[in-house]
This record gives sequence, structure tokens and C-alpha cells, in this order.
Amino acid sequence: MYDFAYQKPASVADAVKLLADPEAKPLAGGMTLIPVLKQRLNKPNSVVDLAKLGLTGITVSGGTVTIGAMTTHAAVAASAEVKRAIPALAALAGVIGDPAVRYRGTIGGSLANNDPTADYPAAALALGATIKTNKRSIDADSYFQGMFATALEPGEIITAVEFPIPQKAGYEKFRNPASRYAMVGVFVANGPKGVRVTVTGAGQNGVFRHAGFEQALAKSWSAASLDGVKTPADGMNSDIHGSAEYRAHLVGVIARRALAAAG
Amino acid sequence: MPQVSVTVNGKPQTVQVEGRTLLVELLREKLGLTGTHVGCDTSQCGACVVHVDGRAVKSCTMLALQADGAKVTTIEGLAAADGTLHPMQEMFREHHALQCGFCTPGMVMAAIDLVNTHPEGLTEEQIRHGLEGNLCRCTGYHNIVKAIAAAWPLMHGKSLPAAAE
Ligand code: FES
Ligand code: FES
Repeated sequence: MYDFAYQKPASVADAVKLLADPEAKPLAGGMTLIPVLKQRLNKPNSVVDLAKLGLTGITVSGGTVTIGAMTTHAAVAASAEVKRAIPALAALAGVIGDPAVRYRGTIGGSLANNDPTADYPAAALALGATIKTNKRSIDADSYFQGMFATALEPGEIITAVEFPIPQKAGYEKFRNPASRYAMVGVFVANGPKGVRVTVTGAGQNGVFRHAGFEQALAKSWSAASLDGVKTPADGMNSDIHGSAEYRAHLVGVIARRALAAAG
Repeated sequence: MPQVSVTVNGKPQTVQVEGRTLLVELLREKLGLTGTHVGCDTSQCGACVVHVDGRAVKSCTMLALQADGAKVTTIEGLAAADGTLHPMQEMFREHHALQCGFCTPGMVMAAIDLVNTHPEGLTEEQIRHGLEGNLCRCTGYHNIVKAIAAAWPLMHGKSLPAAAE
């Protein structure tokens, strides 16, 4: 790892100032950034730790679950309030990485990174979440812009994520047996934004909505209504772990499991 | 050079580090606590697991400076002053849960966290999932799972409600 100046500001305003330097990188839980720095894939002059900005915590009010950006996966998975309001979201947080990673990794870090195999993007897009930053609110629909690409501007910090509470939701994934990342993860939701089905892990451009499944489930919320609905192999990843056709097939299998989980 | 202040195994320490110094480097190279191992250095194997403020984390994937102000416990900090082993260490010995021992410090630290966070009981399946971030190349895990199930009653002062086998 190349050396860098480590900074731990105590307010969002101070963090924003430090991040105005194009050579500075924000550090959330570090579960991606630290491995990236070790591999010398990135060479920031300074690393700005967001841990002391007061961005942790979970609140449920009205029809919304609000999760602070620096809230860890372990905290979301264990939260009685999240389990009650959106059990699928707690379950998703509980299957990210492994237990040690879940104690450090954060929801804001996951969404800011937008890894094409990450779990949270599937939930945010399916539930129609709002990404709150230091300067604005971004709708999940315009937030995700392809793999590792988001609507965030340089130096912009996610402060919280708001999830409208759905009537039903379920998440299921098939892990790559070696890397343990999602080869295919499917989030199904029937909520204030309608019926939505999102797929992570499989697509070349990261998370996407499955229009065919959404229309079928909007007509009738049952596994049977997915019968005969095609998942195109176009745009799916294809590698030594599985062809595009394999992944397209897997989307249908995992979507049915997600539906079963949603009940 | 920046300074980091941490309490390691009950002892306050202030050490000069670089921004890039990892927590595991602080422990092994600056403090001489070589019980914490580095197996992969890529967040996969769990040989480097230590407790930071009571939580089992991978010390190869945390900067030393991120631990500023924290309480860190390593494998060296588990046994009592008179040498009496922690119940988890005792059960690893009793159930022959190690062969080469390389993964063992991380396994023990992860296992203690797993038992602590499951006061309601722990099934064999939960133990196996709980070890997802810890790799062992020798034992085939079976005796590790047994040792953890056996440590649960000792750590909670009552017998395990659900059958662990
Ligand atoms: S050395 Fe840290 S996970 Fe392997
Ligand atoms: S005992 Fe050898 S790696 Fe686990």
C-alpha cells in the first residue's frame, strides 16, 4: 500500500472540505477501499474517514425506514425495527460477506461503491429508496448508472438511505462458490413504488430491473405467473463461472426463491 | 508521523504509525503480538481476526488509525493471568479442534464473538455459517464446530437449549 495522510473529520462540513481535494478518498467501512489500496489500484494522497460524522443509526417513522450511511451490515441485520418493518432488508444485510465483514462494512459504502455483485443496490432499487447526500436527495432510479458508477458527484457524501416500507419483499442470492459474491441476487418487492424486481450480480452494467417479471407479478403475485416469462441472456455476464445463458436461467430460479421468501 | 492510542489486552498503548499501517501490522510488528496471524491479507481467511470493542473483525482489513481509542483483544489476551485458558481455548484443546494451528487464533476469536452474540442458543448450522469468514486447511472444521458447541454452555453458564449436533 502506498502511504497517505489519514484524516478523521468530526463533521460532514469538514469532511466535504477535505474531499474537495481530488486526490482525497472517502473511507466508510473500508471493506472495499482497503483491499483496493493494498493492491495499489488507487493512490490517494489522503484518506478521509467518515466514522466520526454521526452518520449511524436506524429510525422507523411513518412508512419509512431511514438508515444512516455509516450503519454497519451487522447493525441492520440485528435491528429489531428493520426486522419488523422490512424483514427482507435485515435478511439481506445478514448475508453480505461474512460476520467479520458485516461488523465493518456499511450501507453507504456499499451504495457509493455500487459493485455489480453487491447486495444493497438490489434492495435500494427494488424498494425505490432515496439516497440522501450532503447536498440533495437522489431517487434510486437515477442513482445507479452502471457498474461502479452512480449519480454521486466527486466529493459528495451519502448521509442516509430512506426505504419506503413495502407490503411484501424478499431477497435471495446464489453465491459464487469461491468468491462468495452474488452470481445472481434477486430482490422482489410490492411496495409504494409498485411491483419491482431487481437483479444484481448477473448484469454487465450492474443492478437492473426485470421488466418482464415486474409485469407478470403486478398481474398476479405468484411464482406461477413467472412461468413462460423470458429472461434475455443479452447483457448478462459470461465468464468461467457461468455463461450468460446460465445466469439468465438462474435469474428465474432465484426470483422464485425470493418470492417464496417474501411470502 | 501520526500516533494511535489503543488499549490492547487491557494495556493502554500509544504508538507511532503511518496512515497505511494496518491494525494487524500494529499488533504483530509494533507490539510483538504475533499470535494474530496473516493468512491471506485479502480479507478471506480470518486468521487475523481480533476483537475491536468486543467485535470480531479482520485486522488485515482495518487501518491502525481506525482503531484509535478502541479496546482491542487478541488471542494473547484471552487466558487469565494465572494461565487458565478461556473456555473456548479449553474446548478447542479438548475437542482437538486444531492441527497445524495456523487458523486457530482467528477461529477462537470469531467463535467467542459467535457464542457471545447468540445467548439464545446456537445450532450446528449457525456455527457453520458463523465460521464463513474463517478458513481452515487442516481439520475439515468438524472438531472446530464441536468445540464451539461445547464452549457455549461454559460461556453462558447453562446448557445449550437446542441440540448442536
Ligand atoms: S489475513 Fe486477514 S482475512 Fe486472511
Ligand atoms: S488447523 Fe491448520 S489451518 Fe486450521
